[in-house]
Amino acid sequence: MSQTVKGLYYSQTHEWVKVEGDEALIGITDYAQHALGSIVYVDMPEEDDELAAGGDFGAVESVKAASDLIAPVGGTVLAVNGDLEDSPALLNTDPFGTWIVRVKLSDSSELEMLMTASEYAAFCESLK
Amino acid sequence: MKYYDKLIFELSKEGRQGCSLPANGWPGDLGDIPQNLRRQNRPALPQVSEPDVVRHYTCLSGMNFGVDNGFYPLGSCTMKYNPRINEQVASLPGFSSAHPLQPDSSVQGCLQVYHELARALSAITGMAEFTFAPCAGAHGELTGLMIMRKYHISRNDLRRTKVIVPDSAHGTNPASAAVCGLQVVQVKSRPDGTIDVNDLKPLLDDTVAGIMMTNPNTLGLFETEISEIAELVHACGGLLYYDGANMNPLLGKVRPGDMGFDIMHLNLHKTFSTPHGGGGPGSGPVGVRASLAEYLPCPRVLPDGKGGFRIGREGELSAGRVSGFMGNFSVMVKALAYIWTLGKENIRMAGPLSVLNANYVKESLKDNYRLPVDRLCKHEFVFDGLADASSGITALDVAKRLLDYGFHAPTIYFPLLFHQSIMIEPAETESKETLDGFIEAMRQIAQEAASDPQMLRSAPHNTPVRRPDETLAATRPVLRYVPEVPDE
Amino acid sequence: MAFAYFPHTEEDIRQMLGKIGASSLDELYSDVSPEFIFKGEFDLPEAMSEMDIRRRFSEMAGRNRSLTVFCGCGAYDHYSPAVIAPLISRAEFLTAYTPYQAEVSQGTLRYIFEYQSMITMLTGLDCANASMYDGATAAAEAMMMSLACTRKKRRVLLSMTLLPQVIEVAETYAGYHGVELGYVPEDNGGTSLDGLREQLAEGDVAGVLVPSLNRYGIIEDLEGFADAVHAQKALLMVYADPSSLAVLRTPGEWGADIACGDCQSLGLPLSFGGPYAGYLACRQEFVRKLPGRIAGQTVDMDGRRSFVLTLQAREQHIRREKATSNICSNQSLMALYVTIYLSLMGPEGMREVNSLSYGGAHYLHDRLLGTGLFDEAFARPFLKEFVLKTGLPVKKLQQTLCDNGFFAALEVGEGLVSFCVTEKRTKEEIDALVSCVEAMKQHGNLT
Repeated sequence: MSQTVKGLYYSQTHEWVKVEGDEALIGITDYAQHALGSIVYVDMPEEDDELAAGGDFGAVESVKAASDLIAPVGGTVLAVNGDLEDSPALLNTDPFGTWIVRVKLSDSSELEMLMTASEYAAFCESLK
Repeated sequence: MKYYDKLIFELSKEGRQGCSLPANGWPGDLGDIPQNLRRQNRPALPQVSEPDVVRHYTCLSGMNFGVDNGFYPLGSCTMKYNPRINEQVASLPGFSSAHPLQPDSSVQGCLQVYHELARALSAITGMAEFTFAPCAGAHGELTGLMIMRKYHISRNDLRRTKVIVPDSAHGTNPASAAVCGLQVVQVKSRPDGTIDVNDLKPLLDDTVAGIMMTNPNTLGLFETEISEIAELVHACGGLLYYDGANMNPLLGKVRPGDMGFDIMHLNLHKTFSTPHGGGGPGSGPVGVRASLAEYLPCPRVLPDGKGGFRIGREGELSAGRVSGFMGNFSVMVKALAYIWTLGKENIRMAGPLSVLNANYVKESLKDNYRLPVDRLCKHEFVFDGLADASSGITALDVAKRLLDYGFHAPTIYFPLLFHQSIMIEPAETESKETLDGFIEAMRQIAQEAASDPQMLRSAPHNTPVRRPDETLAATRPVLRYVPEVPDE
Repeated sequence: MAFAYFPHTEEDIRQMLGKIGASSLDELYSDVSPEFIFKGEFDLPEAMSEMDIRRRFSEMAGRNRSLTVFCGCGAYDHYSPAVIAPLISRAEFLTAYTPYQAEVSQGTLRYIFEYQSMITMLTGLDCANASMYDGATAAAEAMMMSLACTRKKRRVLLSMTLLPQVIEVAETYAGYHGVELGYVPEDNGGTSLDGLREQLAEGDVAGVLVPSLNRYGIIEDLEGFADAVHAQKALLMVYADPSSLAVLRTPGEWGADIACGDCQSLGLPLSFGGPYAGYLACRQEFVRKLPGRIAGQTVDMDGRRSFVLTLQAREQHIRREKATSNICSNQSLMALYVTIYLSLMGPEGMREVNSLSYGGAHYLHDRLLGTGLFDEAFARPFLKEFVLKTGLPVKKLQQTLCDNGFFAALEVGEGLVSFCVTEKRTKEEIDALVSCVEAMKQHGNLT
């Protein structure tokens, strides 16, 4: 049974969004890290890149799989998590404590399209 | 097999050399080349003697397992015996010393090989013409799709940019489509991996370039509705592409051209016995029906009208050039030698004996391993882990343990339709005794799963290395030799 | 009569069918619609014995004319030491598949690792893959890789001095993959830096592919190329003959991001165009975009050094429809060939190979100019291959040379003929070629 954290927004492609004012952190969920297995590399965007909701902004690679990162919300990349360059496995050990990008939200109404923790937990359950 | 830990660089000593070259009596020297066009340092290549080289690579060969070492039931790879006579004729000096750009008149023997092989493959597949430019199966797929696109483009039918691929297909199918600039539309397969015609119908419209199929499919099962699929795809204006990866069970029995396919590739390194060479060179000739011949890549071998052959280098409708010269020529020689050795009679037995072997192994093991689709298979079949899954023993554990028993492992975790896929393909060159030995080992492993699962999880036990750490390799990639700096 | 490759006796077949519950081999095809079962006679010869095969193939090989090779244009007649063929023919190398089961494939994985290492040594770059089909397809893959490395950009520039087959294959791939191509013009036999700057100024350039030794055999001077290309945030890709890189300035030294080319020049038999092996190398930062197989070093359960195929997640068989390459094999046995060749030669042997080729080529060059039938075409530094201008009817010249046992004077442009000399050519062979040309002149055979 994979974990969820209350207060975050979730996408159907298994990214989470943590809102801090008009900024947001984006990462991948416990379900996603579990499905991928040992993560060996994270392909990240550059600062100032524009993300569009639903567009890919990078990829996560494990030994046997690669998965695109799909932006749950649009925005401008303010920072990428440099720790992941050396320690991509942080996404396995602490998926909700490890953000991938920090963005400045371009349209906070996009958050309404995302799921709550309980909705997402039910969504994951339905995938079994 | 022994563990041997050297790399060639670690045998190196300044001043050694493994090959002597003629004395240099020429007046000019490399020093005449302007300094800024020369490299600054010598490359750090190894400096080793000839006997060092021979022994090192002989030791490395001892850490490998090939078809000549033992049974190699790797699903979807058709690991059949690689006849040595083929190697011998492929290395005849008349062939091996021919330059690819020599005048046509001086390479009539090479051109005849292409011509004869094209004829033979046409007879076997029911396709009208072949190109030999593609160097591997995936390269053949890409070439076939280029032909498909070029066909539609030349008819000004520009909307056809989608290609339908079953979700159970080999991963190369969608990748080839993507490289060719086509959008992949997946058609769902039924639980047995065959295409559901009802799911296919709504996908067929005037944006479809064609469909890619293997038949038998990834589970080794024959697509019984192929006639209807062919009719539907043709009716919507699309073409049928046959992925020849699974051609072996049909060899001598069923011709893709007769099933309605328009374009196909063959893997000479699977169906036609040429060695896999540790991953290549292979060859992926592409065949087409007569109306598509003009779309084949250039250069092509054509009759010269005087009883010989010439190389046609241009064609208005040609899909283009896909490799530097004319493909992996010596592989063609081997495939032709194989076909001629079989001859018109023995070839009829090749496919059926592979199907006999596969069904025999399947029937003998289906009490011990879970068989998700229990019906007649063709050249291969797929188990989904052990029949008794309670031990938690995985496909990986079974595969690794098989190595201890002296067999190569089957393909595992493919197809993706099951969680513990074990895909077994026993080629027609394997004897009943070999298969019985394998069956016995597989049963033994099933027993061990119950009696000593921990031993299986730490298998293999008798190989030079054991379960190398793939996560470490991918997280901290070390992709080349870097001399160790001695401790101070 | 029993057939050598099929072990099944009639009794075996009967017993196996019994286990399956089928009464005949035909019944194993009961799931195939009868209309698809081939009932005719195959249009194939009767089965041949080994002796028949030897005879038939010797006859065909004999229909080729054995010529002394004085041409290159992408395939070079370098010497192949005697120990290579028996080593690569060892069954454990020859008859193995792709090294998926690392435990029984350490031989293959180790030589691939050695091969990758040697390619980085020759190119001066950080990483190399396990090999590609050939040089031309490696160049096409490099082109697509440059798009993947720079995202969003769509144009790739090709130098007009690249080998024609390299340009043609790149054009084919580009056409289907949606790459826009631009061309950098030639200036006195070399790639024009001004032409490059003009093309770059149009923008949207992901990568630029230029040769090191070009289609005329000229050693390109790539001074300033990397700066111009990098200023546009594009990648510099150099197509280089790996044999020459033992002595010529490397792609790494020119500031290239990617190098590619054909390993045929490292002793691989001409074999009428294949199998050869392409190489593809890059700087560290682009390794995740490098297509094809890669072997990497790791440790096993017992802490022993071992090797595996790695970075496989990048590969098409996992990323499927987002793939920028569909390659899923390598020319593994040819990579082994090259690895053994380079081990035997070592740095000094490679210098000698180049030195002998250089000396012979310059001797032939000067002798041909001495006949008065040829003129200097570009007067630029070359290594082993060069072109000359001639007013002679080129087809006839080539055919006459062919009739006399030489493959030489390949037409590579209007009134331009190409020659190549490797360490295999002796002074006697070169003098014989020149005498043949002179004889034609005397007999007035050339007009």
